[in-house]
Amino acid sequence: MRETALRFTAVLAVGLLILLLGLPLVSLVLRIPPADLLARLRDPVIIQALRLSLATSLAATALVTALGLPMAYLLATTEFRGKRVLEAFIDLPMVLPPTVAGVALLTAFGRTGLAGGALGALGVSLPFTTLGVVVAQSFVAAPFFIGAARAGFAEVDRKYLDAAATLRAAPTYAFLRVLVPLAAPSLLAGAAMSWARALGEFGATITFAGNMPGVTQTMPLAVYLALQTDLDAAVALSVLLLLVSLAVLLSIRYMPCHVAALAVRARRAAR
Amino acid sequence: MLDAQLGKRRGEFTLDVAFQARAGDTTVLVGESGAGKTSVLRLLTGLDRLDEGRVLLDGTALADGGVGVHVPAWQRSIGYVAQDYALFPHLSVRENVAFGLRADGVPARRVTPAVMAALELVGIATLADRLPHQLSGGQQQRAALARALVLEPRLLLLDEPLSSLDIQTRRALRLELRALLQRLLCVTVYVTHSPIEALVFGDQVVVLDGGRVAQAGSRGELLRYPRSPFVAELVGTNLFIGRPAEGPPNGGALGGPALIRTPEGAVAIGDTGAPGAVYLTVSPREIMLSRTLPEGSPQNVFAGPVLELIPEPPGGERVRVVLATQPPLVAEVTREAVASLALTEGMPVYAAFKATGVHRYT
Repeated sequence: MRETALRFTAVLAVGLLILLLGLPLVSLVLRIPPADLLARLRDPVIIQALRLSLATSLAATALVTALGLPMAYLLATTEFRGKRVLEAFIDLPMVLPPTVAGVALLTAFGRTGLAGGALGALGVSLPFTTLGVVVAQSFVAAPFFIGAARAGFAEVDRKYLDAAATLRAAPTYAFLRVLVPLAAPSLLAGAAMSWARALGEFGATITFAGNMPGVTQTMPLAVYLALQTDLDAAVALSVLLLLVSLAVLLSIRYMPCHVAALAVRARRAAR
Repeated sequence: MLDAQLGKRRGEFTLDVAFQARAGDTTVLVGESGAGKTSVLRLLTGLDRLDEGRVLLDGTALADGGVGVHVPAWQRSIGYVAQDYALFPHLSVRENVAFGLRADGVPARRVTPAVMAALELVGIATLADRLPHQLSGGQQQRAALARALVLEPRLLLLDEPLSSLDIQTRRALRLELRALLQRLLCVTVYVTHSPIEALVFGDQVVVLDGGRVAQAGSRGELLRYPRSPFVAELVGTNLFIGRPAEGPPNGGALGGPALIRTPEGAVAIGDTGAPGAVYLTVSPREIMLSRTLPEGSPQNVFAGPVLELIPEPPGGERVRVVLATQPPLVAEVTREAVASLALTEGMPVYAAFKATGVHRYT
């Protein structure tokens, strides 16, 4: 009897969870006919926001990847004092409320911030600029890439690096030609996750960069603004973001073997 | 010429090994797992750092614990074949072999012919475009060898190159690998736990036991003059280490056999020779087995139960009989002898050998 009761409870929990997570998504998509959605997408305001979102999120992903690779390698391969503390700081943006991140960015890079003066002297201004959007997105997206890349590096068997070292490969050569290719699935997954996080960024962006159409108004900001005036426009934008996010997650799920196969085929073709 | 004096401490384990290896020869490091074989290789490659000692290759210091010289692995002229080959899974055989040349900055037009030559040398040129996981164990071994040899190293290091292969492949590759190694001009250090491989490949054999050199010498020296129980077991003979007994020989009127006292018991030999420590070996074939106390000439008779019967390859025509006598002995007899004595494990027997069958050296 107890077994039956427990089973029933478990099935109920699963059902409730699906309802909680799935119903909002389904109702969002059902709210607007596909034809209307396509029509809405021709709205110049939406196109502008979409273009800005894609450009800034891709730039943030590139920045996070370039700056994150060495850090991920360091964390995966080296033990040092204070490593735990460093790791906690790197993960912090994942749990920090994004508006707090935005305020922190203002105090650092704002006109009166700690580094604001130095940046100003260089002729660079971050707050309320497109570059500021990229910085805000990078701030919140970095942990996603670093975490995945670090795990990916740690998974690569040391014997391959040893083999590379005995084959005249300097450490940086071995890193680029052995470690990065072998960790590629994790690196790509990390980049995709941080891109998705950057694309959805709202709180830090609106706090640090403001909400100026064409300059700092990304898709999530446009959704929020549209909500004040035109619910249908907000729904259309939301469905669009939903589809993009879903596409990213699905491609990560199906990516690793697929990418490896592509890479092999590309090398064959190159020869 | 490789001159290695290697000192390394890791927790409880201390490695203290010195040996020299000539160019053109294959020096085999043989020992059981945990003897320090892989540690020696990692110190020679430069993947690990020496605590003490030095590594000289053709007179140049690759590492010196005393003055803190350590040439990193990637700057040494070495070729290293790891036990599980460690072929890069994301690169084809061709690219695996080309890896070292490219890392070394060899111009592209010279890479392709060198790679093909190396693949032909090991006989897998037709598999150049396969990925490692599409190769058999033997083919992977050849690819790893080609990848090391293409760099024309002055020091070639092989870590148990045959141990991850099945028996048939191993036998075939053993002959092929020996022929290949005999043609190389570099210093070759070959690590194995297999006594057979040690005797097949080793121009020089260094026996490691517990992080130290138990004995080093040519194949012939090891076979004829084992100096520790470990080496004796390796070459398959009975070894006693002892001293001549005090006082006059206890033989008959004609002087008779002299006695050598060993910790396990006394052994009669032709004559004691000079005083001091002596080594005695008795070939397992010199030992005769019987179920009753033998009469006549044998001066050495030991009683004890049969511990183990091991048919010798090929075909089991001869059988090794491990005896729990005091001292412990191994006899080698024909299959017919086993049958006529009806030997079984646990059965008490007498083992006898003549004083003249004992090989004595100091």
